[in-house]
Amino acid sequence: MTLLGNLALWLAFLMGLWGAVTGFAGGLQGRTDLQRSARQAVFAMFAALVVAVICLEVAIFQHDFNVAYVAGRTSRNLPTFYLWSALYSGQEGSLLFWATVLSLFATLAQVLTSARHRAYLPFVAAVTCVVAAFFISVMLFAPANPFARLPYTPVDGAGMNPQLQNPGMVFHPPMLYLGYISITIPFAFAIAALMSKKLDVDWLVAIRKWTLLSWLFLSIGLLIGMWWAYVELGWGGYWAWDPVENVALLPWLTMTAFLHSVMIQEKRGMLKKWNLALILSSWLLSIFGTFITRSGVIASVHSFTQSNVGYFFLGFLLLAVPATFVLYAKRLPLLEAESTLESMVSREASFLFNNLLFLGIAFSVLWGTMFPILSEWVKGTKVTVGPPFFNQVNIPLGLALLALTGIGPLIAWRRASIPNLRRQFAVPATSGVFVLLILLVAGMRDFGALMAIALGGFVMGTVTQEFARGTSARHRQYGEPLALAALRLVGRNRRRYGGYIVHTGMVLLFVAFAGMAFKTETQATLRPGESVTLRSPYGHVYTFTHVSVSQYDALNRRVTAALVEVSRDGKHMGRLKTEKRQHVDALGRNTFEPSTEVGIRSGLREDLYVVLGGLVNGTEQAVYRFTINPLVWWVWAGGYVLVFGGLIVLWPGGGPPAVRRTQAGYAVKLEAK
Amino acid sequence: MERWKDGRMECERREFLAITAGVFLSVVPSFHRSVAQQDSLAGSGPAGRVADPASAGRPMTALTAADIDAGYQAIEKKLKCTCGCGLDIYTCRTTDFNCTYSPNLHRQVVALAEQGKTAQEIIDAFVAQYGQQALMAPPKRGFNLAGYFVPSLVVLVAAGFLIRALHRWTRAAAAQAAVAAPAPTGSLDASPAELERLRRELERHPG
Repeated sequence: MTLLGNLALWLAFLMGLWGAVTGFAGGLQGRTDLQRSARQAVFAMFAALVVAVICLEVAIFQHDFNVAYVAGRTSRNLPTFYLWSALYSGQEGSLLFWATVLSLFATLAQVLTSARHRAYLPFVAAVTCVVAAFFISVMLFAPANPFARLPYTPVDGAGMNPQLQNPGMVFHPPMLYLGYISITIPFAFAIAALMSKKLDVDWLVAIRKWTLLSWLFLSIGLLIGMWWAYVELGWGGYWAWDPVENVALLPWLTMTAFLHSVMIQEKRGMLKKWNLALILSSWLLSIFGTFITRSGVIASVHSFTQSNVGYFFLGFLLLAVPATFVLYAKRLPLLEAESTLESMVSREASFLFNNLLFLGIAFSVLWGTMFPILSEWVKGTKVTVGPPFFNQVNIPLGLALLALTGIGPLIAWRRASIPNLRRQFAVPATSGVFVLLILLVAGMRDFGALMAIALGGFVMGTVTQEFARGTSARHRQYGEPLALAALRLVGRNRRRYGGYIVHTGMVLLFVAFAGMAFKTETQATLRPGESVTLRSPYGHVYTFTHVSVSQYDALNRRVTAALVEVSRDGKHMGRLKTEKRQHVDALGRNTFEPSTEVGIRSGLREDLYVVLGGLVNGTEQAVYRFTINPLVWWVWAGGYVLVFGGLIVLWPGGGPPAVRRTQAGYAVKLEAK
Repeated sequence: MERWKDGRMECERREFLAITAGVFLSVVPSFHRSVAQQDSLAGSGPAGRVADPASAGRPMTALTAADIDAGYQAIEKKLKCTCGCGLDIYTCRTTDFNCTYSPNLHRQVVALAEQGKTAQEIIDAFVAQYGQQALMAPPKRGFNLAGYFVPSLVVLVAAGFLIRALHRWTRAAAAQAAVAAPAPTGSLDASPAELERLRRELERHPG
């Protein structure tokens, strides 16, 4: 199987090179035979990589421990569920997964792109082949071949890191990878537009779904990663501003900026240079993130083992950045705007400020992530840039962005008049101030939390007003019942109202983030029957009573489970179980250090989060950490709403942008009269 | 009565239901017993020894007042654990219970406090021993000021450029409109009153 896998990798690599050469040559010379050959090379590369993936999966499921990757990541008693995820749980396998998914997306781009945009496809094939061939070359030429064999065959494998044995880790990496990888398609279309000099709105139409898809995958990947960190790592939070988390956030920020600014190009023919720059930089940031994760250049608990792979990515970046920049710079004269901005108080201007803030946050995250390296270079001093730094720099920018989320939809395209502004802002501003007053009366004094929740009230006022006006307009015009009118309002204008649902998700997320300002916790050593109390931010008194400790064997681990009884203000609420797990291989040998499983009781207002620290001298006397995390449930709810809104926007139909551009033009003529 | 037919046993529906219920009722208690047996501890009374202490992680000692002291926790939240986890000392020692570094660093904090040192003096002692990387965020002095202020500065400068560009664009658009604006030609078959009504409607439904 490894021989076949290696052959498949080599075949895919050669197909990638061939596709790159014929794609560029066919596109530049207009030769259809070469263009056809490039397209077929993409298909062949995908087929070869699928064969390689099958070979690795067969080796994993057959427990072929002579394969170094299988021996290092799995064991005979690893649950089947995690045997699947073993494919991408290590450096080598994840590179194969990456290349395969990229070739799948490249194939889909070739097959699904409409005939109207066929002119871009040879270049798209070439770019995707270059990127895929690079990833395959890392497997073949760096020490990252998933089919490398050991000189001996171990009786059992080392097993999978316990923290990866969590459903969140089965879905988080592929979702994040899908987001990272799918950015390559919009990037390839952008390069195709630059090379073919077809820089009108057409290439944007071709990539619209891809950019949304990529944004959606990145969002889901980040959210599942947050959930995994919360339920698995046991520190009581979901975002630690770790370098690997930060670099995953960077392309999400630039993509979100693009999804806003692209509307200006579609409606007004402006910001062509800016939008191209955003797409190009999103892809470069995704490769930069991969470099950071895989090179070990910055210490992170999430990163792969330090290896030579980092040099390959650095070299690729050093080639890709100047090549992209030179091509972009050469085409700048072709990217002149078709119209100009007419007023500072317009939707266009608000989108520009929104982009400024997204890019500002992206820059500050990148700056903070790289600052330890910069400090060491400039001053020779090693420093740590942790959550206090990122919170200090990003909270004001995040709040300003939240405010703009509410302001943007209230301002008219082109130009807003004073009466219009007054009418538009009355309800949302009132709702924001109302929420602020309620919080102040309730005794909340944390400035960041106050602002986040009050601005959330303002944004929800905006969203509600938009839905209410649109629904009542349909109700009046077509006589539809209100519920049907609301549904049709969304159905007929998915992009706009799906976007508002995404904004609602963002509000829920911000409010949930604010809740963490009121986190409370305590530690206690308890014998069975002993209790400890903890007051929640809402004033309730929780009593945690240690019930017992039990031990038993599970499939691939020895479990020490501690049971805690919970009551709130004297009223019994149930029991929570928290565990220590000692993972073992099929021979009963310990494979990793014992890990902790958190006991969580999640509610709308707060989460109870119980961690078993350990046992005192091997007795039932247990050391616990009890935490009350307010509003965490809303992080996941906000995530669902955000993804739901994204799906509505992504769903086909809802009217082409060109129609709205014409409508906007009609409105302009009326303004001019 | 012949019950076996073509290798299959025939029985009445009532008999089948009775047998099923019997099997179910006998399995449920035994299942409960097996679960209960799993949870039981051999020979342990209150706080008795567990069967396999080694699989329950590093043996711990009972928490002391210093371990849960809010003042020490506040100091430890500003200091980084040196184990490579990226967490502060307090979070690491209450999260990664296999870490051998954070308990020692915690003891160091307690020892310094017991010597009568203030919070700032304890933090300074850590910086003196481990360097600036012992802090969760760099101190706001010297080159580190660039770390704190460059992002805000960049955003402010970019905002300045953006506002200037917006001014330029809007002035250019106004000048263009002044030159090109023709007198109303009445190409639209609508009265001024109707146009005003349409404008109001459009303002009510922006976007």
